[in-house]
Amino acid sequence: MLLEIKNLHVNVEGKEILKGINLKVNTGEVHAIMGPNGSGKSTLAQVLAGREEYEVTKGEVFYMGKNLLDLPPEDRAREGIFLAFQYPVEIPGVSNTNLLKTALNEIRKYRGEHELDAMEFLSLLKSKMKLVELDQKLISRSVNEGFSGGEKKKNEIFQMAVLDPKLALLDETDSGLDIDALRIVASGVNKLKSKDNAVVVVTHYQRLLNYIVPDFVHVLYKGKIVLSGDKNLALELEEKGYDWIKAPSDTVEVVS
Amino acid sequence: MENTLDIKKLFLSHFADFENSLNGGKAKPVHELRRSAISKFSELQFPTTRDEEWKYTNISPLLKHDFVPVQKSAEDYEFEVNHFLFDKMEHSLIVFINGMYSSGLSKIKDLPKGVVVKSLSEAIKEDNPIVKRHLGQYADFKNHIFTSLSAAFVQDGAFIYIPDGKVVEDPIHILFLTISDNQKILVQPRNLFVAGKNSQFTIIEHFASTSDEDIYFTNSVTEIVTEENAFVDHLKVQEESKKAFHIGRMDVHQERNSNFVSHLISFGAAISRNDFNSRFNDDGGESMLNGLFLIEGTQLFDAHTLIDHAKPHCNSHEHYKGILMGSSRGVFNGKVIVRKNAQKTNAFQENNNIILSDDALVNTKPQLEIFANDVKCSHGATIGQLDNDAMFYLKTRGIGVDRAKAILIHAFASDVVRYIKVNAVREYIESILKKKFHEDQS
Repeated sequence: MLLEIKNLHVNVEGKEILKGINLKVNTGEVHAIMGPNGSGKSTLAQVLAGREEYEVTKGEVFYMGKNLLDLPPEDRAREGIFLAFQYPVEIPGVSNTNLLKTALNEIRKYRGEHELDAMEFLSLLKSKMKLVELDQKLISRSVNEGFSGGEKKKNEIFQMAVLDPKLALLDETDSGLDIDALRIVASGVNKLKSKDNAVVVVTHYQRLLNYIVPDFVHVLYKGKIVLSGDKNLALELEEKGYDWIKAPSDTVEVVS
Repeated sequence: MENTLDIKKLFLSHFADFENSLNGGKAKPVHELRRSAISKFSELQFPTTRDEEWKYTNISPLLKHDFVPVQKSAEDYEFEVNHFLFDKMEHSLIVFINGMYSSGLSKIKDLPKGVVVKSLSEAIKEDNPIVKRHLGQYADFKNHIFTSLSAAFVQDGAFIYIPDGKVVEDPIHILFLTISDNQKILVQPRNLFVAGKNSQFTIIEHFASTSDEDIYFTNSVTEIVTEENAFVDHLKVQEESKKAFHIGRMDVHQERNSNFVSHLISFGAAISRNDFNSRFNDDGGESMLNGLFLIEGTQLFDAHTLIDHAKPHCNSHEHYKGILMGSSRGVFNGKVIVRKNAQKTNAFQENNNIILSDDALVNTKPQLEIFANDVKCSHGATIGQLDNDAMFYLKTRGIGVDRAKAILIHAFASDVVRYIKVNAVREYIESILKKKFHEDQS
């Protein structure tokens, strides 16, 4: 078991957003978490990455057998968790390469691996750049500064490629992408996924799942997973919308 | 107040000693400047926080000490200055020990014909006509007590004159080194830089001390004249004793189409006050005025800038940044005057501060006084902490808290530092920032 979430309750600014999430993710699996706006999808992704402002009031999360909630965000990253942000942050004055080199070497050091020198790092960058068809010029620019929406999302996947996580959380990575960018992002993710890692895709739209085919689809509504199924569930949602989920939600038991 | 009077009396008696020691120097025209300055000094009062221009900078700690002018000649010091040089820099070096020129430690090399780089005391001795024409003309001593103190004791400092059309490619490094040997000394470098028409040069005023603990008082005045179409790149690096007092003033007089670039990089003192006054005296001038200060503990840093757009078609661009730790205090007061006929003025001013502790404080005050109607002026000021979202983003990439902070602070500072054209100085400043925030460690 790579990730196990048990009865997770989370408050954001005093308001309960997640109200008892249960989820199990094994290596080699792709999970999609879908749901209408405001259902708590992004909160779940952020809380797994370690956002301090989000308060866990109840429940447990185990990652590779460790209590994930005990770890600060940087240690979660070093243990192999990666969050692709819904809204990637712009950091003027910090170059993409500098960020990635620092990040990669901090992670490698944590794992007792040797730190990459400039040459080794550069050749790694080059090989990963092809994966997401990222313009070389963007690599040396300040992190996300002045990037288009699509470039920002590609940059997230590029970072994921370089840091090579065990558990990738993609938070609405597809929102706002045109179909070409969506294909590039999805093909990047597909190339990175393996039997040793897992991907959790948080999305509002079924469209992405045409390209990243999930093994499991979960529907999050009002802070709970109200329905789980295989990829056909996503198609059903696409067809019917979320309204049929919403009506009986208060009585539906957690299915997962 | 009694205390202040005593200090004034003390300085007045030091002046009498100084005058007696001049031995014939009294006949020089510069002595008239000294005499009128000392008489102004005796009339003026030291500022208190009731004075608008000193509202946030209480100098009473400075006035508690009996600072004495330096007696010992610079040549009396056996000293190795390599430690204070910027790496790999090919340059002329002028060294002042406690404000006095040291010919032994200075090396002035390969200057174009006609360029004068020497000590002010020598230039005064020679009755240099440029000195006679410009010294004391721009830094007004009649209304500023510290400037009157400087003018009264005018003796030594750097004098640079670049004749019309001459270009000095390598930067000129002026090292003001204070070796106070536990004496509470008063150090008063007085500098005059005159750039002739179409000339160009780069100058570094570098204030350093041999101890981080010594209590001394630096009262520095620099006057700069840029003649038509001249280009002057000025850097001031201040890394003095954390217990010293530094009152620094720079007055720039810009003629037509001249260009003046200035960077002040300050790691402060106990109290450091920097006044920068610039005047566009003719059309088409341009100035860039950047500053970065980084203070901690109980340090106080104060920058007061005044850009006087007296003539049309001039551009000024000002960007000051502060990084504050501990219970330090920062003050930024940026005044821009656009006079009635100064149409087509572009004046941009920005002051950003980052506060890294709970107890540090910044007072920032932009002042735009615009009397012309066809101008573009803007100003902005921010005071904040490190961006939480950026911190979280870096952490989710596996970067630890300290390292993430260092990266963001470095990025904040780089907005100013990256415009420093002299590579050796820019790299030196970056290395200090890295060391300070342990960016190299992990």
